[in-house]
Amino acid sequence: MTAGAVGTSPRRGGGHGRVTGAQQYVGDIRMPNMLETRLVTVDAAHARILSVDTSEAYKVPGVHLVMTAADLPQPVPRFGPQYEDRPVIAVDEVRYHGEPVAAVAAETRDAAEAAARLVHVEYEELPAVFTVAGALDPRAPLVQDPSLRRGPLASTNVLNEHRHEWGDVDGAGAGADVVVENTYAFPMVTHFAIEPHGFIAAPDGDGIAIWSSIQHPYWLQRTMARILGLPLARVRVLAPDPGGAFGGKQHVKYEPLVALMALRTGRPVRLTLSLEETFQAARRNSAEVRVRTGFHSDGTVTFREIIADYLLGAYADISDRVVGKGTYPGNGPYRVPACRIVARAILSHTPPSTAFRGFGAPQVNWAVEANLDEAARQLGIDGLEIRLRNLARKGEVFIPTDRPADGDWQESVRRAAELIGWNSPAPPGHGRGIAVGIKLGPTTGLSYATVRFLGDGSVLVYTGTSDMGQGARTIFAQIAAQELGVPLDRINVVSGDTFAVPYDQQTSASRSSVLMGNALLDACHRIHEQLRSMAARLHKVPESDVVVERGVAVVGGREIPLVEVLLAGLGRMGGELIGNGTARKEEMPGHPLGGDAAFYEFNCTAVEAEVDEGTGEIMLHRHVTVSDVGKALNPLQVRTQDEGAAIMGLGHTLMEHYIYDEAGRIRNLGAIDYRIPTSKDLPLEMVSAIVENEDGPGPYGAKGMSEGALLCVAPAVAAAVQQAAGVVIRDLPLTPQRVWEALEERRRSREPEVVS
Amino acid sequence: MTHRLPIELTLNGRPQRVDVEVHHTLLEVLRDQLGLTGSKECCLVGECGACTVIVDGRSVNSCLMLAVEADGHEVRTVESLARAGDLNELQRAFLDKGATQCGFCIPGQLMSAEALLEHNPDPTVEEIHEALAGNLCRCAGYEQITEAVLAAAEALRR
Repeated sequence: MTAGAVGTSPRRGGGHGRVTGAQQYVGDIRMPNMLETRLVTVDAAHARILSVDTSEAYKVPGVHLVMTAADLPQPVPRFGPQYEDRPVIAVDEVRYHGEPVAAVAAETRDAAEAAARLVHVEYEELPAVFTVAGALDPRAPLVQDPSLRRGPLASTNVLNEHRHEWGDVDGAGAGADVVVENTYAFPMVTHFAIEPHGFIAAPDGDGIAIWSSIQHPYWLQRTMARILGLPLARVRVLAPDPGGAFGGKQHVKYEPLVALMALRTGRPVRLTLSLEETFQAARRNSAEVRVRTGFHSDGTVTFREIIADYLLGAYADISDRVVGKGTYPGNGPYRVPACRIVARAILSHTPPSTAFRGFGAPQVNWAVEANLDEAARQLGIDGLEIRLRNLARKGEVFIPTDRPADGDWQESVRRAAELIGWNSPAPPGHGRGIAVGIKLGPTTGLSYATVRFLGDGSVLVYTGTSDMGQGARTIFAQIAAQELGVPLDRINVVSGDTFAVPYDQQTSASRSSVLMGNALLDACHRIHEQLRSMAARLHKVPESDVVVERGVAVVGGREIPLVEVLLAGLGRMGGELIGNGTARKEEMPGHPLGGDAAFYEFNCTAVEAEVDEGTGEIMLHRHVTVSDVGKALNPLQVRTQDEGAAIMGLGHTLMEHYIYDEAGRIRNLGAIDYRIPTSKDLPLEMVSAIVENEDGPGPYGAKGMSEGALLCVAPAVAAAVQQAAGVVIRDLPLTPQRVWEALEERRRSREPEVVS
Repeated sequence: MTHRLPIELTLNGRPQRVDVEVHHTLLEVLRDQLGLTGSKECCLVGECGACTVIVDGRSVNSCLMLAVEADGHEVRTVESLARAGDLNELQRAFLDKGATQCGFCIPGQLMSAEALLEHNPDPTVEEIHEALAGNLCRCAGYEQITEAVLAAAEALRR
């Protein structure tokens, strides 16, 4: 087998630059004459802009431009992946805390900063809505101008309502022995990539070049071409590997503003967000989810009804899709005869919410799994058993409009139970919880890959996937190594330049190993075809007598390395072979989501926890995460994705949440007052395991896998806390304060279990 | 009004003279004046550790230290770790253990780990967690980072 091929864990592609400091992220790029930008905001969640006075700001030495809405093309261009609702800069009103009213470009950051403070914005603060109840109040101010919207909901703050239903939910209630109904809350949290978003734009001949830490460079290219009225061939997007993204860097944010400033000044313009500004640029949708489930006394589910309200920001970004796609499998991986899911995407005066690892699934998963545990306790069935009784079997249809269960999910659940020691008694004071989660892979997709087998037998792979830490470069090099028989140190993966690398729809939904992986496999097969002709010519046999596979050509029973065939075949003129591959997942007309899932991400998480009765602090003794990955193309990268997702899940479970004041301003912007897990917050023992049945649609049977381990962390921890301390908490995060208050309530009531 | 002062420091083993704005941090001078962009900029309040450098043998958040305070001191950044292109034990261990994902926090993690191992060549897991608690990793490669520091420590003791 070729060194570094599929199934091994070679060093990360791009790793050398990452440990030496040589890796260039957007913020590290230096270019001559570049201006630095600072945004101007007002300290309000909702305000009418009365005037913007830039005269003092222009007096600061080194200031070249103070861009306001009045300086932009009119009407001010709007953009957005689903609704073109977001203006380049605030128009007339500020609709969330942190929405920029102006932007200063100056020779230095100091000058831009000083001038930004001198931009005088006169504004009138208006009432803001920043909770579900507030946004739905009939007297609530409308977040968006109804003239910008269509349909019967345009005069409400509900952007869209998604309904998905099968079976007779209303009739099934009568047949249930027990009905359990409760509401659960999922907090507003942010991606907190350690690299804050960075943007540079520069005039480029008669077009424009834009550098961005974006996940979807080709989407940015299309958006900029539309806004600027340029052909795609004049819009070059350069996307250096992002320093973490997690969904928060999928879509266009300040690139249009920076591009228009570059064109206005004729100079390169850079904007690097502060960490505080990233909190106001991207976040996860918070949610309130009501779940009503009917059960037979043996624990089988008879029906389930889910009412999910997701709180979006002032502009939709991709969040209507997050709500629709995230809640569609909201019932979970269970066999349920009747189910109704009603999910609303609700606008508010808060920062734009967007994709975030799990894409809308963790919110509803938290509610449904926690509801299942409440039922299990009422029915006297344990958490493992009630899940196994309802879990869909491989091949079984569990969402009538979608693909059947595509994995042996029981195997993952049994493995997790075994690794947590489910059937042995927990030590005194400890509690255990187990939960499962699923998420849909991509429903449509289009990826192209190009492979150049160069004249010395080395390889260039061109893939438009953004490597944001998930390790796409490594995986693609491994696939090429496997197929062409070339060692990894002779393979280079090129990405991040829309003028050099062919189109890829997007880097999201854990799709790249599957979709781009298949495109790359296709490109390698195109090269195999050419090598087959070469080998036939060289050995004077018919092409039908040559077999090319996995790095070798087999001619007359003899295996010849493909590199040998290439070098002999190219001859004295040299040259190279080029293979172009495509992977396409077509839309499915009439499907509720426009297409079925390419695969399911399935995970089972089990934890053992202890609760400090004095402080309310939760101590995690053991955290087990088991994902069904089909095939681990790189087992170490699979492990780091699973453990990373699990620990990120502990963030929204235990500590992360935005805190608003009474006027809708965020009070805990930045790293001091918003905590994410550190090396001191880890479970004492983290155990990750995988199930590999090579039953995925990707290369060698792989499935996408980077989000699963986050999906059901919260319900597993909450169940363990309930078992350890006898308290049920339905609002995340389970902060020490919240747990302590529940413990106090329990002590006061002297009841064995209380709910808060 | 800006005010500049000359400072002299030992930077990655060599004498360095530079005129700095008195209000600029060591991080700003390293990145914007000296071209050493390995030290990263994230929270700018000393909480994330992406800007960690070693000053006189101790790990320091370079976003919290004014450049003028570095005058007369010895400063090392991530760019000093590899010698003549050869990665040091920590860097190699980070690659071998899969501790490097998106990579943005890694220069800071490496410098905190380097400072730890210089003082404590045989750290326990708890000591590593403590020493690196100020270095956030949102990829959450904490397990692999700890494994890498343990492996590097062992290799260095041999």
